[in-house]
Amino acid sequence: MKTIFEEHAPGRGTEYLPSRKVDLGAFLPAAEIRKELPLPELSEVQAVRHFTGLSRRNYGVDNGFYPLGSCTMKYNPKINEDTARLPGFAQVHPYQSEETVQGALRLMWELQQDLAEITGMDAVSLQPAAGAHGELTGILIVRAYHEAKGDAERTQVIVPDSAHGTNPATAAMAGFEVVHVPSDERGGVDVEALRQLASKKTAALMLTNPNTLGVFDERITEIAEIIHAAGGLLYYDGANLNAVLGHSRPGDMGFDIVHLNLHKTFSTPHGGGGPGAGPVGVKAHLKDFLPMPLVTNEQGHFHLSYDLPHSIGQMRSFYGNFGILVRAYTYIRALGGAGLREVSGDAVLNANYVLSLIKDHFDLPFDRIPKHEFVVAPPEDLVRQKGVKTLDIAKRLLDFDFHPPTVYFPLIVHEAMMIEPTETETKETLQGFAEILCRIIDEGRENPDYVKSAPHNTVVGRLDEARAVKQPKLLERLGG
Amino acid sequence: MRFTPHTEEDRREMLRQIGASSVEELFSDLPEAVRLDRPLHLPEGLSESEVAQLLADLAAQDLDMGRHVSFLGAGAYDRYIPSVVGEMLRRSEFYTAYTPYQPEISQGTLQAIFEFQSLIAALTDLDIAQASLYDGATAVAEAAMLAWGQTGRERIVVARSVDPQYRAVLRTYAHGRGLEVVELPLRDGRAAAEDVTAVAEGAACVIVQHPNFFGLLEDVDSMVKATHAAGALYIAVSDPISLAVLRPPGAYGADVAVGEGQALGIAPSFGGPFLGFMAARQEYLRRLPGRIVGETADKDGKKGYVLTFQTREQHIRREKATSNICTNQGLMALSATIYTTLLGPEGLRQAAALSIEGAHVLGDGLGRVAGADLAFSGPYAFEVAVRSRAKVADVEAAMLKAGMLGPLDLERFYPELPGYMLLSVTEKRTTEEIGRLLDVLQGVEA
Repeated sequence: MKTIFEEHAPGRGTEYLPSRKVDLGAFLPAAEIRKELPLPELSEVQAVRHFTGLSRRNYGVDNGFYPLGSCTMKYNPKINEDTARLPGFAQVHPYQSEETVQGALRLMWELQQDLAEITGMDAVSLQPAAGAHGELTGILIVRAYHEAKGDAERTQVIVPDSAHGTNPATAAMAGFEVVHVPSDERGGVDVEALRQLASKKTAALMLTNPNTLGVFDERITEIAEIIHAAGGLLYYDGANLNAVLGHSRPGDMGFDIVHLNLHKTFSTPHGGGGPGAGPVGVKAHLKDFLPMPLVTNEQGHFHLSYDLPHSIGQMRSFYGNFGILVRAYTYIRALGGAGLREVSGDAVLNANYVLSLIKDHFDLPFDRIPKHEFVVAPPEDLVRQKGVKTLDIAKRLLDFDFHPPTVYFPLIVHEAMMIEPTETETKETLQGFAEILCRIIDEGRENPDYVKSAPHNTVVGRLDEARAVKQPKLLERLGG
Repeated sequence: MRFTPHTEEDRREMLRQIGASSVEELFSDLPEAVRLDRPLHLPEGLSESEVAQLLADLAAQDLDMGRHVSFLGAGAYDRYIPSVVGEMLRRSEFYTAYTPYQPEISQGTLQAIFEFQSLIAALTDLDIAQASLYDGATAVAEAAMLAWGQTGRERIVVARSVDPQYRAVLRTYAHGRGLEVVELPLRDGRAAAEDVTAVAEGAACVIVQHPNFFGLLEDVDSMVKATHAAGALYIAVSDPISLAVLRPPGAYGADVAVGEGQALGIAPSFGGPFLGFMAARQEYLRRLPGRIVGETADKDGKKGYVLTFQTREQHIRREKATSNICTNQGLMALSATIYTTLLGPEGLRQAAALSIEGAHVLGDGLGRVAGADLAFSGPYAFEVAVRSRAKVADVEAAMLKAGMLGPLDLERFYPELPGYMLLSVTEKRTTEEIGRLLDVLQGVEA
């Protein structure tokens, strides 16, 4: 497809603003005024066709099944899109006085309360803009907490070898040294190894539970005791909260800090890579360290409170990705507590169902009851003898109009495929997906080259990623 | 409401296939001690019609900029957004997708990011741009981290005339890495090159916003010179609308340009979601945070786009990544791409020019207001900083009574500026509205 630069023709633009002539020289020094502005000009119809064309070269949850592990690609209710666009939410300026934004503040306060209840935490900040941003918020809270206690020796953050890449990257950004704890043969944290690692240097342990293998760490209370006994804090990566809503709460597992991904668990769309939202909840002893401001409720009047003496400061402009918060609030009100619990039940049911349908065709690194997602690998003979790898299977799935699972993660499983069906899929969709997956395994044995050269039905074939680095073309300019 | 499709019959059949007797059994590995033995204390679920009404009632408690005339800006702008932007953003192939990990079925998102990078590079007049950051504030903080990584120096210099939200976030991020933040003082509302020279020795970067938080033009040439003389990187912060009419960062010697992209077709939404952007000189490519899209081809030579230079990123490099950012503001970058494409160079210039003209209608009009003057001297655009004899709170109350939103009380962020306030004018404000504002200002008792 052509780019907007290739569609450009001078003088084609549409008038969206009054055409009154303004003499900029009357207001600005001549030397400061820009002379060239090399931007494309398209007619409105061209622009509409261009972006409609782009949308047709994309695949979202509304197009079909999207079992991208660890990302919780559930259906995004359309009512969320309407409520977020109400003028009283979308057309409100962040510097308006509090009395003119009581509706927005009430929504935020209620959402703080709801998320605290759902996670078993005492206070919640809605400011972080995404999961990784929530992690950074949380680990900066860890840092501020130890600093406030005068405990400067705590320089290490422990991260499991199965963790998301954001965990170690976050710890480094907050100035900590990253220490890795291995997984045990059941896919959980190796508790004996953790015991050895926990020390006076331990600032925190970052954990996802259920973890990235999709299994619940049964020894979580023991893990929490080890970290707390060493004087460290326990951090919950909420990427997988969709598995345990209403069943179990990080606060009850012993965690001190959690972040949530509203774009995963609470149905706000993923936007093709954001915007998301990554609220952070903490236990009471860490409340004063939360980023500013928090929304408070004084007898039905809602305020933005900056009264947090030990606050880590501000994590971004203003109060958070408010439009995303409106969507999550809408979802929580639509479902209610019982509805949320049902979400996790069906998410876990769906994952187990798909696993039961495909397990004879794949290798299972851990034979346990998964929660909302699970990890498998293609059979070893297929990989070794036929050279058909996980990537090939993923690409072949594209030909059947499925989005592939997350691949090559977690890193500790060779040729990993991480499948998260989510609760919003029908039995028929799951069956259809399982059948195709198994058929691809069979096909790989009979006709490996066809699988290895997939996809065959997409707008472009496999793209040369090495060339993108060797001969980088990272933008286009007008006139080539 | 529920969005789970299963009937009880479905569940029974699925459980039979799994070999479990109930959904609860699938949670049997959760230790008793960590199970929630009560229902969540949340309101009962609602039907769609009830939830729509609930949210409409909440939204109705807010005053919005559609029904009130807004003179608030200071980093978030009430600009006209063409209908096409909203229409295209609701194409759910865009908004229900995620990060384009599978390029063959994500060419739409990938090409849109490629076009966004191209537009940002053109606007800033720099060599490269990345796919987006959370907002202008975190973009400033990430740029400082880039400079620290590049130079190994641990001092960050930032002008006090930079948006206070950005400086606050910069301090938070800098504390994480153990970096020192030094502010350049205000000199008649601006930064001064002499002050740069005084503190830039050993600094990783100098961060200057232009036009600055008060709408004033900074003396960027002399500050770039002083910055480079100290071996530091110059980080320019700018409003993309201003770049349509003002000399761009690349032209005056900036190494990195960052800013807030909300003005490019994104609703103010009580402060988010917004859009951070970052452009830089070619040599900083491998230090950029976040996603970058590049053009390549498939085996038949067909053009296509992929995420590239990923060895900078957290999912590959883990603790050695340039940033931990993963999910960014993809849909907002799309919004900016569509807006910029629609307006084109003439439209963007007109948005800027009408705003600057309006700001001067307001600034000049202060001449007839007894208790209010321009706060600072020299050229200004978009924002009008005003020194008021009346209390700013009284001005705000009088404006609200007249159906207007604003001003921003500057003392909130600058204790040294009591009685100072900021009013902002976009292309949406008419001369008549500005006249009414002047009447209101005239009527407030000191």
